[in-house]
Amino acid sequence: MSQQLINAISLGAVYALIALGYTMVYGVLRLINFAHGEVFMVGSFIGLAALSVFHLPFALAVLVAMVGAALLGAVIERGAYRPLRSAPRLAALITAIGVSLLLQNLGMLILGAAPRAYPPAIDPAPIAWLEERAGVVVTRQQVVILAATAAILAGLSLIVSRTKIGKAMRAVSEDRQAAQLMGINVDRVIAFTFCLGSAIAGAGGVFYGVYYGTADPLMGLMPGIKAFVAAVLGGIGSVPGAMLGALLMGLVETGVSSVTLRVSPSLVLTGSTLRDAVAFAVLIAILLLRPAGLLGRPGREKV
Amino acid sequence: MCRSGVLTALCGVGVGALLLAGCPGPQPDTESPSAGAGAKGEPAPAAGGKIVLGSYMCNTGPFATFGQSSTKAMEMAVEELNAKGGVLGKPIELIVEDDQCKPEEAANAAQKLIQQDNVLCVLGEVASSNSLAAAPICQDAQTPMVTPSSTNPAVTQTGDYIFRICFTDDFQGVVMSKYAVEELKAKTAVVFSDVASDYSKGLSKVFRETFTAAGGEILGEESYNQSDRDFRAQLTKFKGLSPDVVYVPGYYGEVALILSQARQLGLKAVFLGGDGFDSPKLVEIAGKAAEGALFSNHYSKDDPNPVVQQFVASFQAKYNEAPDALAACAYDAVRIVAQAIETAGVEDRTALRDALAGITDFDGVTGKITIDENRNARKSATILTIKGGKQTFVKTMAPE
Repeated sequence: MSQQLINAISLGAVYALIALGYTMVYGVLRLINFAHGEVFMVGSFIGLAALSVFHLPFALAVLVAMVGAALLGAVIERGAYRPLRSAPRLAALITAIGVSLLLQNLGMLILGAAPRAYPPAIDPAPIAWLEERAGVVVTRQQVVILAATAAILAGLSLIVSRTKIGKAMRAVSEDRQAAQLMGINVDRVIAFTFCLGSAIAGAGGVFYGVYYGTADPLMGLMPGIKAFVAAVLGGIGSVPGAMLGALLMGLVETGVSSVTLRVSPSLVLTGSTLRDAVAFAVLIAILLLRPAGLLGRPGREKV
Repeated sequence: MCRSGVLTALCGVGVGALLLAGCPGPQPDTESPSAGAGAKGEPAPAAGGKIVLGSYMCNTGPFATFGQSSTKAMEMAVEELNAKGGVLGKPIELIVEDDQCKPEEAANAAQKLIQQDNVLCVLGEVASSNSLAAAPICQDAQTPMVTPSSTNPAVTQTGDYIFRICFTDDFQGVVMSKYAVEELKAKTAVVFSDVASDYSKGLSKVFRETFTAAGGEILGEESYNQSDRDFRAQLTKFKGLSPDVVYVPGYYGEVALILSQARQLGLKAVFLGGDGFDSPKLVEIAGKAAEGALFSNHYSKDDPNPVVQQFVASFQAKYNEAPDALAACAYDAVRIVAQAIETAGVEDRTALRDALAGITDFDGVTGKITIDENRNARKSATILTIKGGKQTFVKTMAPE
């Protein structure tokens, strides 16, 4: 049981790093950036190159991936979304899907569709004393990833609540026109938000690669969708909401997988077969009760 | 090979193009007096002084490597046979068509081979969906078709002119459960299958049935999805059950992650699987966690059997690469057809069909092959293990 809890939290942390980018971009722009999963993928491959081609230390590789992903985020924003800033919101949404497909297929063209091995930059062996005392397997990787996720969240909260640009982000999120009238450079704030969200996704991509030992051009697809759902669940636009939603998502998925129902000797329902179905049913139920998400502010316009 | 629909469909395309590029190409039809014939059941007339065989393969397209290695092996088999004087005293000519990994092109290629080239026998495909597209055409024209490596059971169910010389998917499940019970002395097992793959579900079902019938106990069953990367929840459950073996008939991409995560969680059981394990990527991604995993395959290039060693040496010498399992199956297919033509004694499609149905204990690279009453091959499978980061031959397992 406690082992499953650890599995769930690790999975949730991975979703959280992607969900943060979704929620931030939505917060300032009211746009679901569907290309976000692909930014995560590109970040992962930049990290892979940094680790296995340039043999950088892990922390530096994460940093390089964050910078690379931030640049990609800026390019996507400048090239694909800014020209459509005043167009109907549906146009931007479709563009986002287009950018997502473009990056996936470029990835397959350039890198090939086969999965690549990720170097085990952090020792994947379980921490021995925890296994002996408590009987649970926690790997150094899991500890590092959880710690890094917590640090990133803390840093993000600081930026949003304590810095000038954070204040500007909140202002743009509140009312873009009014913010502009107050002398805030809205374009710059939006670009910064994209960079920040993309950098976090880039770091997530490297953690994901190291944790699961593999990277491929379609790796952003499923985690991207799950993280998007997590962001909606937590209340899209809300940073702590995204964290909470992601953790909940990890818990529900792992929880459903760990259940076996023996209806009768001939009819045994294993949770893993029904995992996604049950997990999403739970999410629908939560959204029916709280349409704005767990920590979302009600009354906001939703997509 | 090529167990699921998409993969299978893709495989088909590649071979043909290669063939067009790499071989003499269809000869002008001058030697074929009855060109344009090919009505039902009509005996294939002698094409001058040659025995004409046709193949359709995916020589271009996304899975071209499958078709290309098959085609290379078929051409090598034809050369070897011709060097020994051909069959019925005549040289063999192999006409190669590229189906671009597309079922409709496979059907066109079969049509062309039968109607225009008037071949005695059609050889093809790796991908089951392409074989399934061409099989009805061969059946209608009463021209024998031999598939070297399509494992889907439906292919040979098309009709009595369609043969297969590789084993079907089901057989892999039987072999692995037999190996688990007899060699590993396993009493308990869990099954972990890919819910999105018919190949995986089929193998799991057969493994479960035969393992239980042999007195073993299935402690639990879980499934995963092809896009999954996290298998810890299911593996944690398995750990609680402490089975002797875990049967995971999946593809190397997911299996590699399953193996790594299982080892991290301290799951001690032996991991077993099918030919989906057959990729260098498995070891590349799973690293040490892949050590000791066992899987069934069509053949191993390390099999000490002299038939295998000679094939591997000739292929290596001719093409400067190691032959894969598909090449081995294709090589056997050509040689079986040649033997059946000798047995039939005449160049006649119906007589060839009867001779193919009577193939018994053919000593092939992929094992001793007997064609059963359903026109499928009864043959041995090879068990391989991962040792020191390399696929290592363990033993061959005969049917029954």
